[in-house]
Amino acid sequence: MPIPSPFHARTSELCTGLRWKDWSGYHAVCSYGPCHEPEYIAFRHSAGLMDVTPLHKYDVSGPDATAFLSRLMVKNIAKLKVGQITYCCWCDEDGKLLDDGTVWRLDENDYRVTAAEPSLAWFQHNAHGFTVSIEDTTSRIAAVSIQGPNAREILKQVSDADMDGLRFFWLARTRIDGRAAIITRTGYTGDLGYEVWVDSEDAVPLWDALMSAGQPYGIMPTGLDALDVCRVEAGFIMNGVDYYSANHCIIENRKSTPYEAGLGWTVNLERDPFIGQQALRLEKEQGPVRHFVGLEIDWDEFERLHARYGLPPELCSSAWRDPKPIYSTRGRQVGQATSGAWSPMLKRSLALATVDGPWHEVGQELQIECTVEYVRHRIKATVSKKPFFDPPRKRSVIGAPA
Amino acid sequence: MTTKQYDAIIVGGGHNGLVCAAYLARAGRKVLVLERRHVLGGAAVSEELHPGFHFSVCSYVVSLFRPRIIRDLDLARHGLEMLPLESSFTPLPDGRSLCRWPEWHRTRREIARFSKRDADVYPEFGMAMAKMAFFARELVDQPAPDPTSLKIKDLHRLLRLGNQMRSLGPDMMQLNMQLLTMSSSEFLDLWFESDVLKAPMSVSGIIGTFLGVRSPGTAYVLLHHYMGEIDGAFRSWGFVKGGTGQLSNAVASAARSFGAEIRADSPVERVLLHDGEAQGVVLENGDEIRAKIVVSGVDPRRTFLGMVGEDHLEDEFVTRLRRYKYRGSSGKVNLAVDRLPEFACRPNENGRAEHLRGDIAIAPSIEYLEKAYDEAKYGDFSRRPYINVVIPSVLDPSVAPPGKHIVSCFVQYAPYHIKEGAQYWPERREAFGDAVVDTLEEYCPGFKDSILYRQVLTPWDLEQEFGLTEGNIFHGELSPEQLLFQRPVSGWAHYRTPIRRLWMCGSGTHPGGGIMGAPGMLAAEAILGTRET
Ligand SMILES: Cc1cc2nc3c(=O)[nH]c(=O)nc-3n(C[C@H](O)[C@H](O)[C@H](O)COP(=O)(O)OP(=O)(O)OC[C@H]3O[C@@H](n4cnc5c(N)ncnc54)[C@H](O)[C@@H]3O)c2cc1C
Repeated sequence: MPIPSPFHARTSELCTGLRWKDWSGYHAVCSYGPCHEPEYIAFRHSAGLMDVTPLHKYDVSGPDATAFLSRLMVKNIAKLKVGQITYCCWCDEDGKLLDDGTVWRLDENDYRVTAAEPSLAWFQHNAHGFTVSIEDTTSRIAAVSIQGPNAREILKQVSDADMDGLRFFWLARTRIDGRAAIITRTGYTGDLGYEVWVDSEDAVPLWDALMSAGQPYGIMPTGLDALDVCRVEAGFIMNGVDYYSANHCIIENRKSTPYEAGLGWTVNLERDPFIGQQALRLEKEQGPVRHFVGLEIDWDEFERLHARYGLPPELCSSAWRDPKPIYSTRGRQVGQATSGAWSPMLKRSLALATVDGPWHEVGQELQIECTVEYVRHRIKATVSKKPFFDPPRKRSVIGAPA
Repeated sequence: MTTKQYDAIIVGGGHNGLVCAAYLARAGRKVLVLERRHVLGGAAVSEELHPGFHFSVCSYVVSLFRPRIIRDLDLARHGLEMLPLESSFTPLPDGRSLCRWPEWHRTRREIARFSKRDADVYPEFGMAMAKMAFFARELVDQPAPDPTSLKIKDLHRLLRLGNQMRSLGPDMMQLNMQLLTMSSSEFLDLWFESDVLKAPMSVSGIIGTFLGVRSPGTAYVLLHHYMGEIDGAFRSWGFVKGGTGQLSNAVASAARSFGAEIRADSPVERVLLHDGEAQGVVLENGDEIRAKIVVSGVDPRRTFLGMVGEDHLEDEFVTRLRRYKYRGSSGKVNLAVDRLPEFACRPNENGRAEHLRGDIAIAPSIEYLEKAYDEAKYGDFSRRPYINVVIPSVLDPSVAPPGKHIVSCFVQYAPYHIKEGAQYWPERREAFGDAVVDTLEEYCPGFKDSILYRQVLTPWDLEQEFGLTEGNIFHGELSPEQLLFQRPVSGWAHYRTPIRRLWMCGSGTHPGGGIMGAPGMLAAEAILGTRET
């Protein structure tokens, strides 16, 4: 049975649609109303406020914190400046992905790591010989994500942090409603957005402050279903959906490397030893056999296929996660699409897929399975650039040259 | 032969002219668009009328805009974003109200408060209309089938349409006949008993026409409103983010990316003719610009009687043009307000109001609507008009300063031909605006005090400012005798005109008015199918 998050008093009151699910053992809202569309619109056109407390959080500190995290992560954490955040992933000794998340440098020797999965045991196991303390702060810290074009303006109303100057993937310490808070310019929508982190006891006042300051800016509480559509538009990979943590894979073939998952850019190979380094070095030399790509499903073929049955094209407004086989134009199966959505912003049907080389180049024409009236068909899907949706406001800083 | 500066000149930078220009430019043609006003978009335009308030001055919701155009021109990349309306709210003066939602059961419960039977019939009706509309969609996406044509291609098409029609079954055939001949209120009587439901539904049949909900022929227009499609969701309506003008701007940006040249503040005075053939245009400032073809996105009367001239046309054609009905019947009142309106019959909750996220119809009964029409019949505007209200700033806060809102009121009836004569409209303008605000005040006490700015557009203003003849919002009524192969004049429904090398691409051609883009797209395709460019 999931437990309520520190925002539950507010979220449960607002969630008139009673659409909930279990997210890492917490009650999490799928959509506040009967359908997620208004919430998606808020994310993209005004601002959405989302409880992200269930993210796993670990505070790592001590004289060896930097060295320890640099050994754990595929990225060289020593390069991170105080106040800066980085997105990265971590692997097992074979270079297979365990999880992905963010690492923040709060101070010289203080860090916070966010993860999709419980990771304390893995962290502690590898802390042997390092002078660090690792604390699971998941239940002690409450967090909300505020995402969308008006997010910055709303935060300006409640905090005196320099919001105009706060850069993408940096953090600011501030007070909101008189209580300590950390604002990070991070999120999972691929848009202008922030996450706000406070002590659990301060959750409700934080929520109230943001909701009331956000009212004139069209703020809306938002749930996971709306986020899911944004996530696909942003082309973000998801643990447990688009790849599996090596911890949960019974067979080798299910595991992925960062290079296969499109996270090769987070790997810093040439440095002191880190977990998985050797295997990753080899993989880099040989080149990955699979690639994580964006696909655009051809609308005309989709529409024609339905017309053959006398049907209008049937679009589902929510994102999908049931995998669909991907074929070459010759009909050979070359991979699978693992999530996708119709993008109301881009007016395109998008998918995220893992395909074998050499079928992964942008512009490559492929086919995706599509079932109409219980009959399986294949329609055209083209490999396209990720992120699909990437507005300039995502990284913009006010007052600085673009 | 003199060399032509352009392959095509498009007269009028309304959305259809722009769509046509974009398709022609995409096919490699050298295109020039000439727009009379300082802004592009025609009736699909946004303007900052009051500081911080971006109004969709004329058209305010989009539904019929062809998804194919969005894909072909990649309009999302050029900045087009759409936000679906979420509900349809009808307040009543007696404190009751009806709100229709996207969720069936919620709507069913709302309707059941007025009629349990209607509540159950409602989805059946929706299904029947959706089937008809799916069939009719084919008509909108292609040139009008012409039953008077004996060309093999046309006959084939008619045959295919006939077969498709038959495959819908006898019920649908009957439905089709009813739609073509009945009034919208009579047609709805066949399905529903509750006036409260029928009234807001029936108004789709009268929008932009000088007809009442009890006038025959209005049922067909209902269907027109079921053909909309946003993101594959049929019959849904949406706002364009930033205002309707952003749609025109996105099309203009696409056209420019293909190399089209677009000039504002460039009114065309006449079409340059030589031996009965269009050779270019003359601007009001006297400049002559030559092109292989001229395409008019302006309504048929202005095009032919204004820019071509009767002398160059056959009498028969002129007679038919004169018979083509405009007689505008609607106006628009645009308001900037300092707070969200609050309806007495359904108060807001802590400043939030789910039922204001869609459209709001002041249409409490069929009787009310017919009375509004009665006044118009005798040359007056309705004292208690039908008003279609939307508050786009609720879904799209970018159009108004924080916490403030835009209230857009589409109003009917405001007949172009008032009894004093159309030119007296400026004297009646504020009285008309007052009638609209007073009507709303009855439903939202205190509304008047929240108004920061008001713009009143009468049909006269629509003609003077936006070049809409007789203030008709669709470049001519959308009544069955003025649609398909008869729009604007039978024999000339395929974008060609009696003047060689002069084409039409505006709402006065098939499939008609509304932000649809189809006339512009189909005209471009017809043009590209010839060797004239
Ligand atoms: C008040 C109002 C509300 C409406 N509401 C809706 C709605 O909510 N939804 C919807 O779908 N439809 C609505 N409509 C209808 C819709 O806006 C129109 O049918 C459509 O925009 C017409 O597009 P068009 O390109 O065919 O013509 P127009 O937009 O009329 O474009 C013609 C252009 O030609 C220009 N022009 C005229 N004369 C000359 C000249 N001599 N030289 C150069 N340029 C010239 C005009 O300035 C104009 O820009 C509404 C219309 C009005 C007026």
